[in-house]
Amino acid sequence: MATEKVYIYKAYERFWHWTQAFLVLFLALTGFEIHGSLNLFGFETAVTLHNNAAWAFIILTIFTIFWHFTTGEWRQYLPTTKNLKAQAEYYIFGIFRNAPHPTRKTTLSKLNPLQRLVYLSLKILIFPVMIISGLAYMYFRYVKDGEVVSLGIRSLERVALAHTLGAFILVAFVIVHLYLITTGHTISSNLKAMLTGWEELETDETETHDINTAKDTLGQKHNHPEKPETL
Amino acid sequence: MKNIITFILAVIVPLLIITVVLRQASTENKLLEELREDYSIPHVPSVDHSKHEVLQQEFTNPHEITAACLSCHTERGEELLMSSHFTWEREEYTPGRGVTYLGKKTLLNNFCTGIFSNEGSCNKCHAGYGYADKSFDFENPYNIDCLVCHDNTGTYEKLSGGAGYPTPGQDFSAIAQNVGRPTKKTCGYCHFYGGGGNNVKHGDLEMALLTAPREVDVHMGVDGGNMNCVDCHTAENHRMKGKYYAVSSENRNRVLCEDCHTPTPHINQTLNTHGAKVACQTCHIPIYAKVNATKMNWDWSTAGQRLEGKAFELLDSLGNATYTSIKGDFAWETNVVPEYFWFNGTADHHLLSDKIDTTKTAVKINTLLGSYDDPESKIIPAKVHRGRQPFDKVYLSILQAKLWAPKEGEGALWVDLDWERAIIEGMKYLNRPYSGTYDFITTEMFLPVNHMISPKEQALQCQDCHTRNDGRMQMVEDAYIPSQTYNATLDLFGKLMIILSLLGVITHATIRFISNKKQKQSH
Repeated sequence: MATEKVYIYKAYERFWHWTQAFLVLFLALTGFEIHGSLNLFGFETAVTLHNNAAWAFIILTIFTIFWHFTTGEWRQYLPTTKNLKAQAEYYIFGIFRNAPHPTRKTTLSKLNPLQRLVYLSLKILIFPVMIISGLAYMYFRYVKDGEVVSLGIRSLERVALAHTLGAFILVAFVIVHLYLITTGHTISSNLKAMLTGWEELETDETETHDINTAKDTLGQKHNHPEKPETL
Repeated sequence: MKNIITFILAVIVPLLIITVVLRQASTENKLLEELREDYSIPHVPSVDHSKHEVLQQEFTNPHEITAACLSCHTERGEELLMSSHFTWEREEYTPGRGVTYLGKKTLLNNFCTGIFSNEGSCNKCHAGYGYADKSFDFENPYNIDCLVCHDNTGTYEKLSGGAGYPTPGQDFSAIAQNVGRPTKKTCGYCHFYGGGGNNVKHGDLEMALLTAPREVDVHMGVDGGNMNCVDCHTAENHRMKGKYYAVSSENRNRVLCEDCHTPTPHINQTLNTHGAKVACQTCHIPIYAKVNATKMNWDWSTAGQRLEGKAFELLDSLGNATYTSIKGDFAWETNVVPEYFWFNGTADHHLLSDKIDTTKTAVKINTLLGSYDDPESKIIPAKVHRGRQPFDKVYLSILQAKLWAPKEGEGALWVDLDWERAIIEGMKYLNRPYSGTYDFITTEMFLPVNHMISPKEQALQCQDCHTRNDGRMQMVEDAYIPSQTYNATLDLFGKLMIILSLLGVITHATIRFISNKKQKQSH
């Protein structure tokens, strides 16, 4: 089977992905310690670490939103029903028969329809819920001019429950995500791509389901950097 | 280029260092230093009472001393006639009851149960002379005992069983010439010995505070603030600041830590925000009764037993009575961990006229009111004193027994050891009905703990409450306490989701592995 190396993930994207990955894991560890499920750093340290990591996450998110819009990459996450069924069927049946990936990955369309849906829900649902409930948790009460004032939320419980639910969903996501990245051309090709930017992709498959062209996804031209000598 | 580097090194770096150093300086708690300074200034009296001729006389009766005081302090008598130290009741609004007149004069308690018919003994601690029964004249300023609070010799004694009169034979002239601001010793003369002995009642107020180090109490500790009671419990026209909720009902005229320390005294803002719902005392009094034991349980039902026909008592290894024939069984504890409650500064009391709800586990002699939803409420530490008291099985009311009498044959329990007779005499004195059948019922009394503030190093740490199973706030209702509180359904759902994800992944990988192998074999 012929393969070619394609530059999929740009430098900022990789930086963002790995920083976010580290932060999510760190927030999960410290967060579940605050929740009372783990005992790693001690409650007080866990709170300090969790709050600092949360700010780092928020700053990263702000930069990344900016990056998404200035580069047009946000279009990568536009949901599509096209090929959605095929992609699901691939994971349920095709993958066991060594069937080809129904979606072809290119620089201009790096996500399959299932990824689009899942990552978009992370971006517009889970992360906003986590950030908003997290900030509400931090500023449930705060000090202003020497007096303790309240955000006016009746109970910390609702805030905490929303934050905990989001955390459970994120942990489940990470588990499934870590597994699904092994379903590329080779077990490690997705991981390598996220580390180096370059991914080994199959070229000899008939692209019957290809929904991706440069114009209908990004609507702009991309300059592929030179393929590195070694990978 | 060189110039730029020089500029950075010479100007910017020192500026940065100065800024960092100054920032660190601002983390010092300046407020605390200012308070230390203010309260280290000793009180200097403006008057030398030994120079007053009116005090240089041989007093023949205590009322004369009061008269001598009032001859200069002409209006103070009227003030004291209005003071709860003298009236033993306050006009207060009690939730659910309206305006009430409650205090030691009218209320039950969970120790010696109440003053009714026992005034001669209990009222040793009344700031007056001769409150021996209901007929006491509360309007006569000469019935005031000035010395019990203002004696600065530390020698003034009131007579046991003397209804507030002093022990005869003291050098009253010398005492009267050495009066001044109340001291720890004068306040403690009554407040340390409430309930019939040192530290029996409060647990956080006891004679050890006269000599204790700051580890016991940072404010009063002799090597700490060395402060006096009246430094916090200030008075305006003899109305002392401070409330004790066994006898008080209203959120008014309380002494609050915030009065000196501000509502946000910590450098750490997270600690400051706790102050909205957690009283300072909760973290800063991790334990009470740090030196001598306090009474935690008092079971009156076993009183009256005799050994070889006589009253007897049993002592524990520390010398605390665990049983006395006149009072029943006791349980004592030292270094007690408080229990925690929502409290908004108002309290209700079980009155003699109140019906007992026998379906409840205990009769609450007083009730601290408050809840999470009430913005006035904070979590406070309290001593819960439990006991068993006699009640009327037919009328379902708490019974007041006559406990004390100067001699045998008057029906007092402490003298004659006869419950039946003591109850009859007590209820007769109160003019309240008694059906003739009594039993004992479990009672509880809630005493907020406000003293014995520990040095900050010994305050509670985060994990003392923020822990899943054995945190201090286990019994506090409605508060969401991270680590301790969790929603069982949500946690189950979350765990299931994680387990199912793992199972799904493992199953998928297994099938993938097997089918992959098969395909390779078939090729």
